[in-house]
Amino acid sequence: MEVPILKQGQYLIAFIQAALSDLDLVHLRDALAEKVGKFRARGVIVDVTVLDVMDSFASRTLRDLAHMTRLRGAETVIVGIQPEVAFAMVQLGLTLEGVDTALDLEEGLAFLDKKTKRHTSRG
Amino acid sequence: MVSEAVVPIHTDIDIVVARQKGRELATELGFVSTDSTLLATAISELARNIVRYAKYGEIFIGSMQSGERVGITVVARDKGPGIANVSLAMQDGFSTSGGLGLGLPGVKRLMDEFHLVSDAYSGTTVTIKKWKR
Repeated sequence: MEVPILKQGQYLIAFIQAALSDLDLVHLRDALAEKVGKFRARGVIVDVTVLDVMDSFASRTLRDLAHMTRLRGAETVIVGIQPEVAFAMVQLGLTLEGVDTALDLEEGLAFLDKKTKRHTSRG
Repeated sequence: MVSEAVVPIHTDIDIVVARQKGRELATELGFVSTDSTLLATAISELARNIVRYAKYGEIFIGSMQSGERVGITVVARDKGPGIANVSLAMQDGFSTSGGLGLGLPGVKRLMDEFHLVSDAYSGTTVTIKKWKR
């Protein structure tokens, strides 16, 4: 199941629409790392609202995705982690350390606006 | 109501199938949504261990009853290499593959009951149980 990636201004938004296998997650990670360069994106949003399970592999792959895109010059924010999913993740010891998260797409966009603006003013 | 399923585990797709079966049964038995998620997540971790360490195995998911109580039993079985040091594998943060480890202490925290049998001859069997609240 391929995850659609939309370009919105300086950002790329990946809308996960159904349960993903490990391979799907790896494809998403690699596609975003590549597209950040292709579209010269400054920010990436991964919407995981529909994911009903976030296990160790999914957490690690999203963390890698965030770190890879940062190395490519774009900030990533994961949005839409459901409350039950968050509870299960904490029980498993998966905290997505070093990865930015936001409640939903709207908050994610606001977060990226703030973060990329700061970079611009410094740069 | 007796529902059960056996899911052969070999590829990453089977991991998704197994956890979806678990969630289906939990929903059917009237588990609260949080507990269905905990169960599905635990199944995902056990299935992943089979794919990663044993290559082949199976996951049995069935309902159980004890007096008034209803619950779900999951048995994850493989004939893989077994876990060399079971007590070490049950410590948080332990890993032999440089990754996040077997995740077994985490799975135990998600469940009401957890039982692990493993040796080099017969492989690994993990039995987990979750009771309906």
